[in-house]
Amino acid sequence: MTTNTKQPTNMEQFLEGIWKQNPVFVMVLGMCPTLAVTVSAFNALGMGVATTFVLVFSCALISLLRKQIPKEVRIATYIVIIATFVTLVDYIIQAVSLALYDALGAFIQLIVVNCIILGRAEAHAAKNPPLSASLNALGMGIGFTIGLLALGSVREILGAGKLFDISLFGANFQPWVVMVLPPGGFFVLGGWLLFFAWLAKRKEARHGK
Amino acid sequence: MSTPDTTPEITSSGRMIRTLALVTTVCGALIVAAWQLSLPAIEANKKLVLERGVKSLIPNASDIVEYDADSSGIRRAHGDPAANAVRFYAAYDNKGQLQAIAAEGAARGYADVVRVLYGYRPSCECIFGIKVVQMRETPGIGDKVITDANFVANFNELDVRLSDDMKTLANAVRTVKHGSKRYGWDIDAIAGATITSKAVGRGINDSVQKLLPLLVPHLKELEQGAAQ
Amino acid sequence: MENETLGQIFIITLLSSNFVLAMFLGLCPFLGVSGKLETAVPMGIATSFVMLVASLCSYALNALLTHFGLEFLRLISYIVVIASAVQLVEMVMKKFSPALFRALGIYLPLITTNCAVLGVALFQTARGYNLGQSVAFSLGGGLGFTLALILMAGVRERLKLSNLPGVMEGTALSLMLAGLLSLAFMGFAGVGVTR
Repeated sequence: MTTNTKQPTNMEQFLEGIWKQNPVFVMVLGMCPTLAVTVSAFNALGMGVATTFVLVFSCALISLLRKQIPKEVRIATYIVIIATFVTLVDYIIQAVSLALYDALGAFIQLIVVNCIILGRAEAHAAKNPPLSASLNALGMGIGFTIGLLALGSVREILGAGKLFDISLFGANFQPWVVMVLPPGGFFVLGGWLLFFAWLAKRKEARHGK
Repeated sequence: MSTPDTTPEITSSGRMIRTLALVTTVCGALIVAAWQLSLPAIEANKKLVLERGVKSLIPNASDIVEYDADSSGIRRAHGDPAANAVRFYAAYDNKGQLQAIAAEGAARGYADVVRVLYGYRPSCECIFGIKVVQMRETPGIGDKVITDANFVANFNELDVRLSDDMKTLANAVRTVKHGSKRYGWDIDAIAGATITSKAVGRGINDSVQKLLPLLVPHLKELEQGAAQ
Repeated sequence: MENETLGQIFIITLLSSNFVLAMFLGLCPFLGVSGKLETAVPMGIATSFVMLVASLCSYALNALLTHFGLEFLRLISYIVVIASAVQLVEMVMKKFSPALFRALGIYLPLITTNCAVLGVALFQTARGYNLGQSVAFSLGGGLGFTLALILMAGVRERLKLSNLPGVMEGTALSLMLAGLLSLAFMGFAGVGVTR
């Protein structure tokens, strides 16, 4: 693939998901797990790593099989492959930490319908060799994890006065409880998007003048 | 897999089925392998969590045995309990003496299900402690059921005697408004967290009403020891 | 849990544990489609219908898998069976009721990979609902989804007429609105819980 100059390099494909195409902040994909489990930074990290695992392995496998899969049944095949890795991750989390498993609940299995994964499989892994596909998927996964962490830490700091369960402000802190409740999820993500929109606007204005 | 002379545009159903079958077989094998490899770790994890919970209720428990109770009697638990069976845990001390019974109740609270583990002592026919296993109630409000000393004191000796016909409780456990507890089977709700308090009470009542009529006639078998 | 009545489950999933606003299920269509009232209603109804189908399928499937001790195949079989069932429903609808198909058909394939649909199946299994409870759960969830979609569409139709600062436009604003709606729905918490 190094001979083809038009193709983006592996590094670019890897970085794409982390910043330019960040699944949480730029593409606003995979919202269900993003908002539901980010009540704490720890849960966010767990969810992010689980999703990355599924993303990387299913994209690698799909990319390996891409020439064998007839296009008529490709979506069905992708879903079966993704569901397999989600089941795997479900058992791994149960084996590693039941506390995390209880906290994430059914949202682990809902990774199957996370649009990021099917989107990556269809848009990238189905057309690229395994190395490039897995790097791109890894980048996306890391980008997703960063997004979740950004949400989860803000919500945990504001809503519980803690970060990774370590108390930050001492006993007199009055937590802003709504932030760890469902509306807080919408508010914090909305706030982050607003922040990035403002950044983009400012950059645009500077370049304009 | 594909023969070179087939046209690339139209895929034969045979090939589709072959590919799907191949993928499904590989996936099935992966899942089964993962399940079998992780099973011991998961079981060990679950046992650890359970033991930690039961020990926090019954500190001198050294041997915890899982049982299922149904209308035909009680037996050692294997796998998930059947639909009509109730799971409970018998705790023995290091001399093999039955200390207490623990079981789990669940009911819907403010946000989601509240699951509590409770300890039952046959000698006083009472519940002597609870531990919240899982809940997603509002922090600072619903979680008072864990921290509020007055509420926790409700379960120091909660009366769950069976009626004479051994079919139901003599007095159903009920959660009453804060400050109006009168009987040994009343739970004094937390002011401002009534829904969560009631969920705890309801979860315990539903579980006790089902478990005790099945369990009490067989207490002798349990006392005879863990060695069966 | 068997200690919940059908009415309780229905009311709770409709309001206080609303699928979209409290459990964050089905957000993609919620943010994507809810621009106009006239698309929100058929989309909501189609989703409710698919959720009911998914709920029934997964109930039967779970009974079957539990009977044979194959619980580890649950997820993979749920998703495959739900997707096929929706496809089948689509074909049947096309054949026997073209009018209905025209109204709902275009939404059906979209809905198959909606988290709300798989969510119904997974949550009813996790909570151990029986058949009646599962149906109440899926109906409450579907109608709750429709309700949230309609409310959001109504607000957004109004919003088009108002003057907004440029940064606010788009998803950020929708999310803030959803947050306010979710806050409002929290007021329903506790409705139908006590008995």
